[in-house]
Amino acid sequence: MNTRWNEKLRRNGFGWALVLPSLLFLGMFTYYPMLKSAWLSLFEQNLAVRTPVFVGMDNYKALLHDPVFVEVFRNNIWFAVGTVPVSMALAFVMALFADKAIRGKGLVRIAFFYPNMIPMIAAASIWLFLYMPQFGLFARFASWFTGSEVNLLGNPDTVLGSLIVMTVWKEAGYFMIFYLAGLQQIPKDLYESASVDGIGVLTQQLRITIPLTMPTTLFVTVVAITNAFKWVDHLWMMTKGGPDHASSLLLYYIYETTFSFNDQGMAAAMTVVMIVLLLVISCFQFAGWERKIHYQ
Amino acid sequence: MLKQGKMALIALGLTLMLVGCGQGGGNAADTKVGTATTASTADANAALDQTPKEPIEISFYYPVNVGGPLTKVIDGMSTSFMEKFPDIKVKPVYTGNYGDNTIKIQAGVQAKQPPDVAVMMSTELYSMMDTDAIIPLDDFIAKDADYNKNDFYPAFVEDTQADGHTYSVPFQRSTIILYYNKDMFKAAGLDPSKPPTNWDELVEYAGKLNRDGHTGLEIPGNDDSYWMFQMLARQNASDPKQSIMGDDGRKANFNTPENVEALQFWLDLSHKYKVMPKGVIDWAATPTDFIEGKTAMMMHTSGNLTNVKTNAKFDFGVAFAPANKQYGSPTGGGNLYIFKDTTPEKQAAAWEFAKYMTAPEQAALFSSSSGYVGVRKSAYDTEAMKVYTDGFPQALVARDQLQYAFRELSTHNHGKVSSALTNQIQSALAGKIDAAGALKAAQEEADRVLALFNK
Repeated sequence: MNTRWNEKLRRNGFGWALVLPSLLFLGMFTYYPMLKSAWLSLFEQNLAVRTPVFVGMDNYKALLHDPVFVEVFRNNIWFAVGTVPVSMALAFVMALFADKAIRGKGLVRIAFFYPNMIPMIAAASIWLFLYMPQFGLFARFASWFTGSEVNLLGNPDTVLGSLIVMTVWKEAGYFMIFYLAGLQQIPKDLYESASVDGIGVLTQQLRITIPLTMPTTLFVTVVAITNAFKWVDHLWMMTKGGPDHASSLLLYYIYETTFSFNDQGMAAAMTVVMIVLLLVISCFQFAGWERKIHYQ
Repeated sequence: MLKQGKMALIALGLTLMLVGCGQGGGNAADTKVGTATTASTADANAALDQTPKEPIEISFYYPVNVGGPLTKVIDGMSTSFMEKFPDIKVKPVYTGNYGDNTIKIQAGVQAKQPPDVAVMMSTELYSMMDTDAIIPLDDFIAKDADYNKNDFYPAFVEDTQADGHTYSVPFQRSTIILYYNKDMFKAAGLDPSKPPTNWDELVEYAGKLNRDGHTGLEIPGNDDSYWMFQMLARQNASDPKQSIMGDDGRKANFNTPENVEALQFWLDLSHKYKVMPKGVIDWAATPTDFIEGKTAMMMHTSGNLTNVKTNAKFDFGVAFAPANKQYGSPTGGGNLYIFKDTTPEKQAAAWEFAKYMTAPEQAALFSSSSGYVGVRKSAYDTEAMKVYTDGFPQALVARDQLQYAFRELSTHNHGKVSSALTNQIQSALAGKIDAAGALKAAQEEADRVLALFNK
């Protein structure tokens, strides 16, 4: 009995010791701030009060009645809808191309991947220039199209779309890498036997490639959706969330609430909402989807 | 989860201890003004170093918001201060633009590690008071014979005061002026020595200048558009003291018929008279457009004078922002604040520093190297300033306009109140809402925010 316990303790103790460093860091920089945010979200702590006042769920109620929060949340949903499927489809096509490229494989991969390598701030500066009225490439193109001056980032109707286009450009290369890895897992003889049976290339993609890269697709979907809620740096460079919150996203609004409006309680409540949302999305990976996916 | 939480707490405790130890002497954790904790640390320092007098070290945070090598200028001024006051050591820290600077300072205030002295927007006054971050300077001013507060321009002193106290010293100040391209004036058959003086002329000239692939006029509307709006609102007001906010920072007066007219005029420039690009014009792109000859005139901060002077390849003039019922322009820029959570010695040293940085010679040096307005009258009598303004008379326009200048929008929770107005103005500029609707919505939002401070 005793020896079994000792045995267990030794084995488990060793395991715990191994994960201790990561646990420390996770605890300090992930779990503790999360719990602290959750705790803080129950208080009114802003410029109007000197010491925090306990208000329970009032901050969460106020969020529902905050038109800006609702708008920012909706923006973020549209941002996800706009960026995720398109950048994934593009990534898939690029991966097929990079996988099959006869010559210059490395070059093709680098060309597709490079947008992901440059820092977001630099990319935002470049695109800011492309959208600049009068002399930006895209602005010129749009005004040639409509026949009048177009200020893509200065118009609430076009600003989010403009940022979505940029994000797709930046993201697709990153997802391509995952798809490339996925494609290389597929046994070549499947394609050979399909060819022998006289099945066309397109059918092969539909029947073989897409089903067999499903695990990659699932993984990338989760990463892409969570990313869509984490984009923030380009907003500083390009729009500051404007005009009139038309391009503001959740994380940027949390930042604004914390540092521009000094409203710690509300910002904490929004943070909690965001964490819950990201957890729910991540859970998809472990939930029902897994079983529907054909692995081998 | 609980286990990890505990571990995290332990780890956090340990790191905090480490950080605390690393802070060095002279930074006692709790420094309630008037306690004697500081004396003991000073003793400890003396004992440690065997030197009769440790220099007092103060940190100084400052932002740079206009083009030009201003960090060099500020570092140079700090160095010359230390030569004059060998017992004070200043560490100047460049913190980015105004926004980044404010965030770093707030983070410091919350962590009980604020800078000792910092340049911040004049509009941060109420937020700094509400977070209990700064100290009033009345005692320093009263005790200090050589401060001479009447030498500062009244327009700049307005926003250093609240609730009967003075909280800051004017340092890096600006106002809105009209920049115009003289070559384009000639080409359009206008007299380059006669800039537009009122709204009618502004529209008329801008119409004539709107040709050859450049626009007549640009007024930026994306960043802090309330600032430009304040200018138009005052120009359109019958009351010489009209203001879009109450004196105590607890009230907003956005939605008035005259203000609606003022905003309508701004919209009309693009939509009715068609002399300005439509939509929201970018703050940073406006001076670039002017320098590159994409617009013949612009309304912008006087802080860009040096930038335009250095980079424009043509002869340009500056003028008062054109009047309608009266001239008017809000002031802008930053003041020097002294922080609460340090020691009395450091606060006294910070006051010495603030005084030095705004003394006539330094004010003249800073103004001539940046384009900001000299904050005090005597700065313009110094030799350096005379040389500068003789060679560049445009620099005097902003100063002369100060007689019509007034306090920039500043209220409790300035961030929220100003963005309520700014966002609605942007909506109106983008054609999403009319002038009356925009100001009504901005007023409602501001009232909602300020209600918390009127309990």
